[in-house]
Amino acid sequence: MKSLAGLRAIRESMHQPSNRLNNETTTRIMVGMGTCGIAAGARTVLLTVMEELATRNLQHVAVAQTGCMGMCEKEPLVEIEVDGQKTTYAYINADKARKIVLEHIVNGSPITEWVVTKS
Amino acid sequence: MFYRSHVLVCTGSNCNIKGCQGITEALRRELTRLSLEQEVRLVETGCLGLCEHGPALVVYPEGVMYVRLTAADVAEVAEEHLLKGRLVPRLLQPTATVDSGYSLNMSPFFSKQKRIVLKNCGLINPDSIEDYVHADGYIALATTLDTKTPTDVIDVIKKSGLRGRGGAGFPAGRKWEFTRWATGSPKYLICNADEGEPGTFKDRLILEGDPHLILEGMIIAAYAIGATKGIIYIRGEYDLSIRRMEHAIAEARKLGLLGQNILGSELEFDVEVCAGAGAYVCGEETALIESIEGNRGEPRFKPPYPAQQGLWGKPTCVNNVETLANIPAILQHGAEWYQQIGTANSPGTKVFTLTGNIINSGLIEVPMGITLREVIYEIGGGIPEGRSFKMAQTGGTSGGCLAEEHLDIPMDYDSLAGHGSSLGSGALLVMDDSHCIIDLTKCFLKFFVHESCGQCTPCREGTPALYSIIDKLSRGLATESDMRLLKRLSRTMQSSSLCALGQTAPVPVLSALVHFNEEVEAHFKGDCPTCKCHTARGGRQSAN
Ligand SMILES: Cc1cc2nc3c(=O)[nH]c(=O)nc-3n(C[C@H](O)[C@H](O)[C@H](O)COP(=O)(O)O)c2cc1C
Repeated sequence: MKSLAGLRAIRESMHQPSNRLNNETTTRIMVGMGTCGIAAGARTVLLTVMEELATRNLQHVAVAQTGCMGMCEKEPLVEIEVDGQKTTYAYINADKARKIVLEHIVNGSPITEWVVTKS
Repeated sequence: MFYRSHVLVCTGSNCNIKGCQGITEALRRELTRLSLEQEVRLVETGCLGLCEHGPALVVYPEGVMYVRLTAADVAEVAEEHLLKGRLVPRLLQPTATVDSGYSLNMSPFFSKQKRIVLKNCGLINPDSIEDYVHADGYIALATTLDTKTPTDVIDVIKKSGLRGRGGAGFPAGRKWEFTRWATGSPKYLICNADEGEPGTFKDRLILEGDPHLILEGMIIAAYAIGATKGIIYIRGEYDLSIRRMEHAIAEARKLGLLGQNILGSELEFDVEVCAGAGAYVCGEETALIESIEGNRGEPRFKPPYPAQQGLWGKPTCVNNVETLANIPAILQHGAEWYQQIGTANSPGTKVFTLTGNIINSGLIEVPMGITLREVIYEIGGGIPEGRSFKMAQTGGTSGGCLAEEHLDIPMDYDSLAGHGSSLGSGALLVMDDSHCIIDLTKCFLKFFVHESCGQCTPCREGTPALYSIIDKLSRGLATESDMRLLKRLSRTMQSSSLCALGQTAPVPVLSALVHFNEEVEAHFKGDCPTCKCHTARGGRQSAN
């Protein structure tokens, strides 16, 4: 397996952004980015989420943004969708976003006290 | 680096002509303006396939395609979709709607395709070897070198049933075997990317979209046949293909994928690009070899075949771009896997270029055996402007003209041959009912008159003679004896021309005589039911 090992070495030496091309991710994080969300700090939340996914190398998670979710006073809002099940969190900041990634996505236990709606 | 979104801008030749450069620049500006550079990665990719609707881009992970873009549209896509996460319905690709599913994979143009050769085309940056390697590139090569002997490789390719995609459909594994066992050294491998066939641009878009796939296929082929030197003969006008291929070769060399001891093995192989000499006949393998040697592009007598005495008199294997592009997948997934795709005698997929009166003209890859109807109406989106189908020519200019009654025949080597046509290079020309079959035939013949190299008499004299009879027919002046001569000349050319140029030049004429018999009769009687070419060209008026 000399050649394959050689190729692996080449591959590992390459810097490559994790690819987000497949639509088959099982988990989705949506950040509300209407004017209301942006004003409340949604951009920082979004960037933190992305950073966190990169550090933890969570390949199965897609990040998307959405417009106003209709609960402007509760922004920033973050919605997590795992296998079709949606959970929405309210009043999220960078710290909370990091915890949500860890608890909800990595450990699989939603942080109920921050949840506003579930379906 | 983590990007939440990838925007793939098509930079294939067709979109290039339509100004995709401006689109990329505008998008880059917008990403900076909206501070999205850290979140959204802009990738310039190869052809996305919907050439008719370019310039185009796709946003992932959603897989949303936006088409017919201007720089102003790009600003809207950036602001709405990339920043706010909302679709821009007015720019969606034609078959997508917000409700019915906007994702690329849901539109029939993409869902009916099967992509082996084009698997990376439109998904990776062709100028980045990193992108290719991370898309599992060169794994087939590495595992082959580790686990298979050259004869094993030949056996796999023979068993897969892969046939040459350059037109003749010769079994690739057998050709490799001939070259492997031929005596002489060094041995050469030539990738034929001359692509002179009118309406064919698949090799160009494969080269532009995924150059490393071809290199990987070539290195495996070289290992199998024992070639140390490879040449990619690329049509001279294909600037972008040449540039990207040369870049790919340089990158592969740097990583030890070309040169000596490839990936730590004993294999030695290097590749260079040779720009084509500009004649259609230079795509014929022996004329191509003459042209590389610095001579006039004229076909040689066969035998000896190139496998015995090719370039500089040495054993040479000439394969088409698409043939070589199939190799890595076959070795990675096995001959059985490949055989299950397509039909028994024509396994695998075929890349087609759709042109003429068809809504989604562009580049597609489908399993062999798919019907013309599916290709034209489902993938191609049908005939534009409410007109109806008249004829399809498969196989390029030297292919047969097929009529409505042929829409359901499977597209593979043997079925098409059975109907007087061929799969050829993968050009599929669709014509609506406003076109006159005689006029079309005349166009095809004009091409052959111009491109006959003049070396052998049947082709040199035959092509203009055929043209002049069809010209007479179009003016309503052809006689019974002209029509007899037309058939006799065709037979002579088919049986005695030196190369396939002259042998196949009569094919469109003969198929038109059979499949569009009524229209030919009408012209014979001095009438043209469609374009009135007989009066337009000052010929005899019809009786009534
Ligand atoms: C006039 C003429 C033009 C040709 N042009 C091409 C061409 O542009 N590309 C190509 O691959 N084969 C072309 N061919 C076919 C080649 O001679 C040869 O069969 C082919 O490159 C073999 O590759 P394959 O076995 O992989 O199909 C042409 C043949 C003729 C007679």
